Amino acid sequence: MNVKKIALAGNPNTGKSTLFNTLTGLKQHTGNWPGKTVVHAEGNVQYQGQEYLLIDLPGTYSLFSNSTDEEVARDYIVFEQPDATLVVVDGTSMERNLNLALQVLEMTDKVIICINLIDEAEKKGIVIDEGKLSSKLGVPVVKISARNKQGIDTLLDTIARLLRGDIQTKPYRMTYQPEIEEQIKKLESRVRELIGHDYPSRWMALRLLDGDDALLKKLHEQIQMKGREVKSYEFGNAINS
Amino acid sequence: MNSETPLIRKSLESLINEGKSTIKTDIRDDIVSSIYAASKSLCKEAVSYQKGKANRSDALDAIFTSRILGFPIMLLMLGVVFYITIAGANVPSSMIAEGFGWAEGKLTAGFQAIHAPEWLHGILILGLFRGTGWVISVMLPPMAIFFPIFALLENYGYLPRVAFNMDRLFKRTGGHGKQSLTMAMGFGCNAAAIMSTRIIESPRERMLAILTNNFVPCNGRWPTLILLASLFMTAGFAGAAGTLATAGILMGFVLFGIVVTLTVSWVLSKTALKGVPSHYTLELPPFRRPKIINTIVRASIDKAWNVLKRAVIVAAPASIITWILANVFIGDTSILMYFINFLDPFGKALGMDGFIMAAFILGLPANEIVVPILIMAYLSQGAMLEIEDLGKLKQVFIDHGWTWLTALNMMLFSLLHYPCGTTLFNIYKETKSKKWTFMSFAIPTVIAIGVTFLTATVARLFGWV
Amino acid sequence: MHLSKVLKPLSDCSTGELFVIQELKLEGVMRRRLLDLGFVKGAEVSVLQRSPLGDPTAFRVSDTTVALRHEESSKILGEVLGGA
Repeated sequence: MNVKKIALAGNPNTGKSTLFNTLTGLKQHTGNWPGKTVVHAEGNVQYQGQEYLLIDLPGTYSLFSNSTDEEVARDYIVFEQPDATLVVVDGTSMERNLNLALQVLEMTDKVIICINLIDEAEKKGIVIDEGKLSSKLGVPVVKISARNKQGIDTLLDTIARLLRGDIQTKPYRMTYQPEIEEQIKKLESRVRELIGHDYPSRWMALRLLDGDDALLKKLHEQIQMKGREVKSYEFGNAINS
Repeated sequence: MNSETPLIRKSLESLINEGKSTIKTDIRDDIVSSIYAASKSLCKEAVSYQKGKANRSDALDAIFTSRILGFPIMLLMLGVVFYITIAGANVPSSMIAEGFGWAEGKLTAGFQAIHAPEWLHGILILGLFRGTGWVISVMLPPMAIFFPIFALLENYGYLPRVAFNMDRLFKRTGGHGKQSLTMAMGFGCNAAAIMSTRIIESPRERMLAILTNNFVPCNGRWPTLILLASLFMTAGFAGAAGTLATAGILMGFVLFGIVVTLTVSWVLSKTALKGVPSHYTLELPPFRRPKIINTIVRASIDKAWNVLKRAVIVAAPASIITWILANVFIGDTSILMYFINFLDPFGKALGMDGFIMAAFILGLPANEIVVPILIMAYLSQGAMLEIEDLGKLKQVFIDHGWTWLTALNMMLFSLLHYPCGTTLFNIYKETKSKKWTFMSFAIPTVIAIGVTFLTATVARLFGWV
Repeated sequence: MHLSKVLKPLSDCSTGELFVIQELKLEGVMRRRLLDLGFVKGAEVSVLQRSPLGDPTAFRVSDTTVALRHEESSKILGEVLGGA
């Protein structure tokens, strides 16, 4: 059976790990990300006969690769391209948390926003209109409380429907200052010519404008690997059989 | 192999250069500001604030990080955690030990029934079974208590406050406040704490935390410290007062370890790891009541079980090797005794003896087997006796010329000496540097030798022993 | 009428004061990290509590509590809005 990959992204202290634990129980594997001293945790979930592999990305404040954690999380979303990315946001500090969500929405359109700690937010008198947020962001928004196991079924159901294609997303598109937008437009078409539709070209263009050298290296590696994959395909099959 | 890729690389490079040259300044500010503005306007539309409960975390922070109460509460917490761990572990520890003792009797009877050779009984029962039995009975209960308590404090949100309170001390010595958290983890297991230094982003400060983590006594060394403190320092107290006094002495050793940590950090940051303290931000998440059962189960499985497993894996062969060394004779002296006699003058100079030195060296794989090896070595010489109570154990030590100085210096050496094999291995994995792994071995060893030599010399000079 | 004020570093604020950020005089990784945490131009910051040893100080920014050392908070400039 085809195992679907779901990445969990989010700020530190949002209860992302609690959600990960709630969903996967004790069936987890931990190790390191290849070549990095960053913890990699994954675990399996079954829902309605579909098997999911959850990947708990490092908790980060942003995805601009200011740190190894951010680089790992970003590279996974952009280059490994999970079937869906869950952005876990803290219901008690929406403003800062949406900051990360908006960054993820620039990188992929298979996103579900998962507002955690909703019980705590309600206690503090914070009321979140998830319908409105969902229509603004163009992706599903689910309110949950991972520690009280609230909203978990709705979340799993939303994941299933998104992956089946029952939910169409139209991610919120950031608009930057006119000068930056102009540059993005110029670069984007050329980026697309080079790397095709495999990667988010608008986002790539923006990162190039920001002078992200590490991304360039990584992208180059990826393209090389893809080339190799095609050539070594038969060889790989021979080994596997 | 792919002729296209250099071309792509070139094009990408030209793109990036183009990007850089067309934008005059750092556009990161603009990007982040735009995202924040978008986030703000989204929140304005979809999030509303009603009057809720006042922020409880701020009120708690006013207490936990208060100028007057902050440090006393921290020390109190540490003391309480130690007390609960020691007091709570006592009964289960002796129950497990009794269980192993009972099983040992049965197994010995079984060996005799099938007329198994003496050496086989020696290796399997007196070596392997007794050694691992000791490790499990002294280690499992305290770990099964300590790790869950630590995880509860972590999940509650108290630990970041410790880093907040302690930061200035660590900054003065060139480190990062989060070093206090990796030290706290070290109370459980130094090898695990080395992994936890990943929370310190700056490489220089992280290296300081790695090199000094060993000065926090881990669970493998606690039993040594507790045992020697209760045998030689607090023997006069009975019951709860004794436990309290032991906890007090333990606190003293912990504080001394912290002083050494800060001193070594300071010296290193002035010499080999020179540099300005790097940037510092620390989020203080709201206090949250942890899921108690969940946290305990997870901590027991993730930490206690894994550390125990590792200890047993290491202890089993070490116990066998020690038994063999103690029971293979060249002439009328065992190999172990040759080794011990060789080390004896050195051990004596440090206020200890060759047995203790040999135990520390053979105990390199894991600190928890140092005392079992020591007992095995002492007993292999004289009559084989069962240690069923601590009074007899003390007698064994005293018969071998122990004084309070021997106990004190063995405790100091245990606190300060080189990290265990697993920790060294982790240090190498995390730093990928032979030089720094060696340093993390050499620095504590030199300090341990220096300090114990000093106390022994001073004590003898003044005729205290 | 709006008088142009002299900007004050965040580190000079006392506990309980509310502060609006006008400028970050920091570069590189630290600047980016502060931006990510919500220390952006126009953001409101309230001063919560000093560490028992006097430094660092905890601030409330975009609904979260973040502690900064004097080295960094002295390079965040802005105006005091009010508060205690």
